[in-house]
Amino acid sequence: MALAAPALEQAVDWEVAEQQIGLWQDAWHRFRRNRLAVLGAGLVLFLILVAFLSPLLVHFHLIWNPGTQDVANIEVGPAQAGHPLGSDELGRDTLSRLMFGSRISLSVGILVQGIILPIGMAIGLAAGYFGGRIDNLLMRFTDIWYAFPDLIFVLVLVSVFGPSLLTIFGAIALVNWVGLARLVRGQVLAIKEKEYIEAARSSGSAPLKLILKHLLPNALGPIIVTVVFGIPSAIFLEAVLSFLGVGIQPPTPTWGQMVFDGYEAIYANPSAVVLPALAIGFTLLSFSFIGDGLRDALDPRMKR
Amino acid sequence: MMQAPEKAPLTTVAADPIILRVQDVYKHFPIAGFGGLAVRAVDGVDLEIRRGEALGLVGESGCGKSTLARLITALLPVTRGKIIFEGQEITKMRGGRLRRMRRKMQMIFQDPFASLDPRMTVGDIIQEPLDNYGIGSGKARQRRVQELLRLVGLNPNFTNRYPHEFSGGQRQRIGIARALAVNPSFIVCDEAVSALDVSIQAQIINLLQDLQREFNLTYLFIAHDLAVVRHLSDRIAVMYLGKIVETAGRNDIYDHPQHPYTRALLSSIPVPDPVVERTRAPILLKGEIPSPVNPPSGCRFHTRCPIARVPGICSEQEPPLEPHGQRDQLAACHFAGEK
Repeated sequence: MALAAPALEQAVDWEVAEQQIGLWQDAWHRFRRNRLAVLGAGLVLFLILVAFLSPLLVHFHLIWNPGTQDVANIEVGPAQAGHPLGSDELGRDTLSRLMFGSRISLSVGILVQGIILPIGMAIGLAAGYFGGRIDNLLMRFTDIWYAFPDLIFVLVLVSVFGPSLLTIFGAIALVNWVGLARLVRGQVLAIKEKEYIEAARSSGSAPLKLILKHLLPNALGPIIVTVVFGIPSAIFLEAVLSFLGVGIQPPTPTWGQMVFDGYEAIYANPSAVVLPALAIGFTLLSFSFIGDGLRDALDPRMKR
Repeated sequence: MMQAPEKAPLTTVAADPIILRVQDVYKHFPIAGFGGLAVRAVDGVDLEIRRGEALGLVGESGCGKSTLARLITALLPVTRGKIIFEGQEITKMRGGRLRRMRRKMQMIFQDPFASLDPRMTVGDIIQEPLDNYGIGSGKARQRRVQELLRLVGLNPNFTNRYPHEFSGGQRQRIGIARALAVNPSFIVCDEAVSALDVSIQAQIINLLQDLQREFNLTYLFIAHDLAVVRHLSDRIAVMYLGKIVETAGRNDIYDHPQHPYTRALLSSIPVPDPVVERTRAPILLKGEIPSPVNPPSGCRFHTRCPIARVPGICSEQEPPLEPHGQRDQLAACHFAGEK
């Protein structure tokens, strides 16, 4: 085909905005301008660092071993008898247990999302894209799942299968995928009707390509936000389970377990309750700040 | 191909002079939860498009123009009827066959802001059809994308930019480049200029015209306003409430409209001469376009028609689309030509 007829050249429109910037880079710039989100991200990074480094610190005797019982110094307050943040009712060091507790909390938060993501995406995508009977079937299944009270459902699962790390992660994931599946379905339904999807179809894109190249990338923003907001709720649910005594079993230190243990001596030694509670609170807050920041950053309507 | 004489559609291809046949096509959208009720968006349309021509399709918003466009491009399945493109019945195609057929038939969309994937670069957008049909190697595709950009009047170095960096007119040019990428023979322009400023509209229409001449394209050009269509079309079809009410050559429809609805549409075009404009008496239609869920009996236009005999034949019998007026002119009216 002969191209670029001279007659067409006169219409050339060379103007366009100067700077060239990807959409993800753009989102990153907006995220960085949100101070709370950056603060949250900093705190989470710090926690991750702590989680990774705490065994090393024990190895070099910089902190106590979280299982060691200093029987001579039970329930001491902060900065006493070599315990920077005090000790619990068995004489174990609170600082060290807090640091080791972050390992459980972070892995619950993040791994559970890792289980939820494929389940929720697969179900939401299938329901939204194929519609009709498949949508109906999947969404009624989701509704039934949604109808179970979360905590009771997890309690049942954990008491049937035993409180191992795997069952607890699995149980928390099983009650939390529903929200993501619904969100993904909604996103897909909204984006499916966009003209650029029709355009891709009419330029010959096969269904799989349509889903992977057009639907998913455009649905990703809200999915990321939901997943990030899911992290604190999973952490909290695990803490509640530990507090109720069906979470990760002692002697593994978890923040929920620490609150439960310290709770009996709350007046004698408040720091044993307050500190793990604060750790939970600040972690939840950090993830929520990150979620907020991401929501604003990834929303295309928030253009400068 | 560059020497092809202007508007000489039948010389280059010896095949069927009719590139697309729409035969008694219906599209009903059922309303969920209301038993048999349905929006009858396209309700028995017959239409032929000749190779190399530009057919303008006009009608008010909601008359089924865009639905018809999506039926023709097989983006929506028909409820009933046949659409035959280059001798093949596309209404029966699915999967791979349908995708291969689509290579010859592309679409330019109405909204230049919604029709480009915001997460893809302009280069990827234009290259997508080439990738889908495996046309050329990687390098050749990139060269082709640059050629296309130049062809539609954009800087060929824009391939790494995102759609949001462009203006509406520029985006529409990108959409046109995408449609041209696979050398289609037939392009449906669904209100391709309605969303643009008037000055930009003219640019895009001129571009479309140049491209038609250059590549011997056939257009179905959809618009809601006759003035825009006039410039580009060889023939014009007027649609009202899911049906074609009149088709004719461009000049015939402007000079001798047969259907009262066409006449009303024409009378609403302002005249750029203040003396004539002052004496212009537009035919004002009464009321709104009726609901396509429950269209009027007989002639669908009788509820708003200035010459209808109601009660009488107009509200009782549906007028067929048959020859009236000039050669090649069809109208669906019991009193075609009367004022």
